[in-house]
Amino acid sequence: MILLTPFRCLGLLGLLCYAHSGLAQDNLLQGLERQTADSTKREPVAATFKGTRVINGHSVETPGGGTLIFLISHRFGTLNSGAYNFFGLDQATIRLGLEYGITDRLAVGIGRSSLEKTFDGFVKYRALRQSTGLGAAPVSVTLLGATALTSLRYTNEGFDHTLPRRLTYTWQALVARKFTPGLSVQVSPTVVHRNLVDTESDENDVYAVGFAGRQKLTKRLALTLEYFYRLPNSRTTGLRDALAAGIDIETGGHVFQLHVTNSRGMIEPFFVPRTSGDFFKGDIYFGFNVARNFTLKSRL
Amino acid sequence: MNTSYFRPLLIGWLLLGAHWVQAQDTRYQTRTGVISFFSSSPLEDIEARSQQASAVLDLQTSQLAFSIPIRSFEFKRSLMQEHFNENYLESERYPKATFTGRLLEVNLPELRETSKVQTVTAEGDLTIHGVTSRVRVPGTVQLQNGQLLVQATFNVAPADYKIEIPALVRDHIAKSVQVKVRLTADPIQTMASRP
Repeated sequence: MILLTPFRCLGLLGLLCYAHSGLAQDNLLQGLERQTADSTKREPVAATFKGTRVINGHSVETPGGGTLIFLISHRFGTLNSGAYNFFGLDQATIRLGLEYGITDRLAVGIGRSSLEKTFDGFVKYRALRQSTGLGAAPVSVTLLGATALTSLRYTNEGFDHTLPRRLTYTWQALVARKFTPGLSVQVSPTVVHRNLVDTESDENDVYAVGFAGRQKLTKRLALTLEYFYRLPNSRTTGLRDALAAGIDIETGGHVFQLHVTNSRGMIEPFFVPRTSGDFFKGDIYFGFNVARNFTLKSRL
Repeated sequence: MNTSYFRPLLIGWLLLGAHWVQAQDTRYQTRTGVISFFSSSPLEDIEARSQQASAVLDLQTSQLAFSIPIRSFEFKRSLMQEHFNENYLESERYPKATFTGRLLEVNLPELRETSKVQTVTAEGDLTIHGVTSRVRVPGTVQLQNGQLLVQATFNVAPADYKIEIPALVRDHIAKSVQVKVRLTADPIQTMASRP
């Protein structure tokens, strides 16, 4: 109280008034920010990967409700096939696919690969989305169930290629985390079941774990890596783990993915258990995926 | 001796306090304001809408503040929404757009007594994509059934807020994007009744 001389009192009062009016605007916003921060909602983390595929394998992403994606995937021949084959560009395998987001979480897709004239279909469900805010989920989890049917005509093999014998199934749990806006990592335990295998030494069930990563270089350009490790009792001699590296380029309505890989097939029953190329001996297939998005149902 | 000066100070405080409490009666707030924007170009029309704008308006002091989560904007196309957040507004780095400022030319008695629409101008700082710019925005205010209705339409140039648009899509995105604000704010109860 000793310090409160009349002059100081007035000064203090003046200061308080001044501060009150001068800071009111900011306080208004601060108050607003505090309130909106209080009600921090859980926000899903978007765009862990650019596309629904990392390279060969699926990513945790789905098209989103009401969106149809037309996916064209292409693999040329191996780089080491020589100048006569124009380093692989003379040969090509292709997969045409359509996938549709029934809801933001559920998607279905169909495709046709030129390799062994194979039709495939899948259902993909985003079980968990990585999020921010209170009670946030640290990772995204997407479940995939896929089946493929080869329509190849077989002649004189001594047995009938009945419908069940032409089918394969893939079950996959894709677990991904976007660590930073630029870096995303995915781990995907995978089981591929084949009703019929080529030789007796092939397992019907092949267990593998996929590892994939995406690092953005610029806003619209990213580096991708993908590796499928087959578990010890699924490692048939002569076959190799699928390895791929690529870049994602994003333009307005397209995502272009250019890559090199040692596998020719673009669906799981091909590249997980049946990759034969040795990446480091030049059995490298150059390829690309082009995804075009169509909005069938407006979200507004 | 000092206590005799302390009394006027106390009275001053009380007066100021009373004034302040009264000011609370003229505060209006919403958390569900609608903000939409529209970009029109010969190649493509792009539209987005958010219904999560928060706003506080104090009619006594004519001050107002807006805050809007960038992530809350919804587009017709999911890919556009993704690009908007990832590449243009960079919502992970700049999660909110804000406006703080004051209303010019607001006629408080008339606003209170009639439910007539009043044309006003808001002047203040608009922050988008981490860039703050001084703007003047024409709009209207109206008191109806105890609620304050606010509307405004103005243009924002992405370039002013360092929002980069690559050459490839330059013709798809308007140089000037029309923004519409439409909100219904409820009066805030006096601070006295809520500690």
